[in-house]
Amino acid sequence: MSAPVGEAPVQRDGSGKPRTGRRVRQVRELGILLALVLLVAVTTLYNPGFLMAQNVRDLLLGATLLTILAVGQSMVLITRNVDLSVGSVLGLSAFAVGVLFVSFPGLPVPLAALAGVLVGTACGLVNGLLVAATRVPALVVTLGTLYIFRGIDHWWASGRQINAADMPPAFLGIGRATVLGLPVPALLALAVVLAAGWCLSSYRSGRELYAVGSDPHAARLAGIPVDRRVFIPFVVNGSLAGLAGVLYAARFGTVDATVGTGLELEVVAAAVVGGVAIFGGSGTVYGAALGALLLTTIGAALPVLRVDAFWQQAIVGLLILVAIGLDRLLALRTARRLRGGGSRGA
Amino acid sequence: MTAHPQPPPLLSLVGVTKSFGTVHALQGVSLDVCAGEVHALCGENGAGKSTLVKAVAGVHRPDAGHIEVAGTPVYFSAPADAQRAGVAVIHQEPTLFPDLSVAENIFMGRQPLARGRRIDRAAMHAECDRLFARLSVRIAPDRPARGLSIADQQLVEIAKALSFDARVLVMDEPTAALSGTEVDRLFAIARSLRDRGTAVVFISHRFDEVFALCDRITVMRDGRHISTDPVSDLSMDAVVRRMVGRDVDTLFPKEDTEKGRTVLEVEVLTRAGVFSDVGFRVRVGEIVALAGLVGAGRSEVVRALFGVDRYDSGTVRIAGSLLPPGRPAAAMAAGVALVPEDRRNQGLVMELSTGRNATLTRRWALSRFGLLRRRAEEQAARFWIERLQVKAGSLTEPVATLSGGNQQKVVLAKWLATEPRVLIVDEPTRGIDVGTKAEVHRLLSRLAGQGIAVVMVSSELPEVLGMADRVLVMSEGRITAELSREEATEESVMHAATTRAMEVSG
Repeated sequence: MSAPVGEAPVQRDGSGKPRTGRRVRQVRELGILLALVLLVAVTTLYNPGFLMAQNVRDLLLGATLLTILAVGQSMVLITRNVDLSVGSVLGLSAFAVGVLFVSFPGLPVPLAALAGVLVGTACGLVNGLLVAATRVPALVVTLGTLYIFRGIDHWWASGRQINAADMPPAFLGIGRATVLGLPVPALLALAVVLAAGWCLSSYRSGRELYAVGSDPHAARLAGIPVDRRVFIPFVVNGSLAGLAGVLYAARFGTVDATVGTGLELEVVAAAVVGGVAIFGGSGTVYGAALGALLLTTIGAALPVLRVDAFWQQAIVGLLILVAIGLDRLLALRTARRLRGGGSRGA
Repeated sequence: MTAHPQPPPLLSLVGVTKSFGTVHALQGVSLDVCAGEVHALCGENGAGKSTLVKAVAGVHRPDAGHIEVAGTPVYFSAPADAQRAGVAVIHQEPTLFPDLSVAENIFMGRQPLARGRRIDRAAMHAECDRLFARLSVRIAPDRPARGLSIADQQLVEIAKALSFDARVLVMDEPTAALSGTEVDRLFAIARSLRDRGTAVVFISHRFDEVFALCDRITVMRDGRHISTDPVSDLSMDAVVRRMVGRDVDTLFPKEDTEKGRTVLEVEVLTRAGVFSDVGFRVRVGEIVALAGLVGAGRSEVVRALFGVDRYDSGTVRIAGSLLPPGRPAAAMAAGVALVPEDRRNQGLVMELSTGRNATLTRRWALSRFGLLRRRAEEQAARFWIERLQVKAGSLTEPVATLSGGNQQKVVLAKWLATEPRVLIVDEPTRGIDVGTKAEVHRLLSRLAGQGIAVVMVSSELPEVLGMADRVLVMSEGRITAELSREEATEESVMHAATTRAMEVSG
């Protein structure tokens, strides 16, 4: 059945109906942006010093790690999986970089950084293989590796702490360097966000991640290599957690075995607040990055607003509930609207 | 339609065999489907149609035999291989990605690419519009698939098939959830595909549709190919006879029982969109079968009358007194027991012990001051387990360790322990081997003899014919026939089960 005869002219959607799918997604990310702007505005009104260049720089620097981790986590979440081990992976990578500098003081900085990323890649490889090959739920697998990686970290460190004095100034400089007034790590995070967002939206393999998360069974029937599409996000996420570990070491200069403990839930929270569905299939890394920025900004704004630090976690929790409630509301409204406008015989 | 010339058939199955464990789903099935024909596949539930479809789709790999497309042997190791060979399958269950756009659903994995292997979204949407124009429908390419009606979901699937120039299109029960006009539109599309030289395989339980649309009919039974004939050589009765033709033997030890007074009385029970105007009476000592095809609404009726599901109007009476709707506890107190179809999920608590499961319905009677008395519980369990001859290693083992047949007996024990007056069993022997089936049947027959009114929902015709004193046939939510034991034959039941409800009521 090739070259159909009597082809009807191509009809553009000329009914003036809004292209619903994309609009909803935009609304979702706009919502977070709006919340962010509102928060910054209120805080600045209260204390005009909040928007000073140095403060903004600190804020962006602070959001860097969470943003990079949230991007990786989103890719995993989109395939209907989760990676709880990222905090441990970050810790392991950060410590590995520190140990490398202690053992080989003359080591070139890029090589050490690469080594840190590769440690993360290896961890991601383990997670991905376990999830894809054994088909054990990712929640369980990565809960296991969370403790295993952390255990390795503790065994390796055996109580040691690596200090800024052990690391070359060139390496520590990464954490402080700026380009056009913006911190280099923040620019790096931005590059990660844009690259991941581009891959997810414009390449077949990226779209297939959404397909797998949306309906794994249907994905198999559509001929998508489901196991491979589940595996790769874990590896990418591991690498990004490794990168975050390197940046951690460069920024803080002090590394021990407890670095990154408990970070995983904050990362998942950032992604969920940013509109990434916990059951896969929808959300963007842009949203997740905005979510990370929002959480960090809340952390910075509350002391300025003289809100007790104890409230910070409760507010983050509330935000998660609001985000999920908003998603549900939007989904219901879209569903109602879509049911109205199905196909029409031409 | 003009007469077909005879090129090699587009799709051939040659001696295809497929087993799952001890179940032989397909046994040496051979079948030819030619270009430019709509080929119907008929058979009872479990005849092997869906397995055949999955073999053609590359989901199952045949144990023996092979598949040919346009005369060339093909070996599908994954659904993608079947697609590449030009075989498109519209499965019974939906296979769309609800979160993705319609266009992405159609082109997933085959999106048109621009420079740098980037997805060319504009080209994809244009191509999508063109496909829908060919089908004479309009669905916005960038709306998400979530919320599409079943009919529109099928149109998306058909557009997907068109998009990779499928030469063979298989539709597994596509009309089951469609309205009349939607069916007409689907048929028009199927005919136009056929006229362009596509081989269409059509599976449906509705004979009127099969005869209206198809050129040839293949009948399957018990995983075997029975016959393939042009529609013009067949009558509906002939197809039904071939579908059901098997022996009804001593599998069904039905005892004659004394029929007493009416104990269950259902009147004009209706739930909008699910079933309507369902009414029947069951007397003491009687076994009444609710027959019909899967999806006819039988399970829904018994669930509603037991009070698990709600109903919109109608009444249920037990021995003359009205049963309040939506309250299973009241139904149980009035002496109604429901043995559900899905025993793994609804009938048993798989992790609990056999003994606990058997006494779950009587936990208040067996307790003192709200605490279960272990001794009483164990005695009660042992009594029923022995009476039903459940082969369980120990009463304390989880019930999940038992075989399917024994699990079913535990479910029965659980409900018999409440000493019901009305016992409703939904598909009592599904997934049970032949030997145990006969045992379950003997048990039901004996229970009827002891003065219990039995309502049996069953999709297995031999079981219906062998066990029931009366057969109520349902189709599309309505009772389309009430047959006495003498009147009930495979033909008469199948005929009533495949009648569209409209014809009866109108």
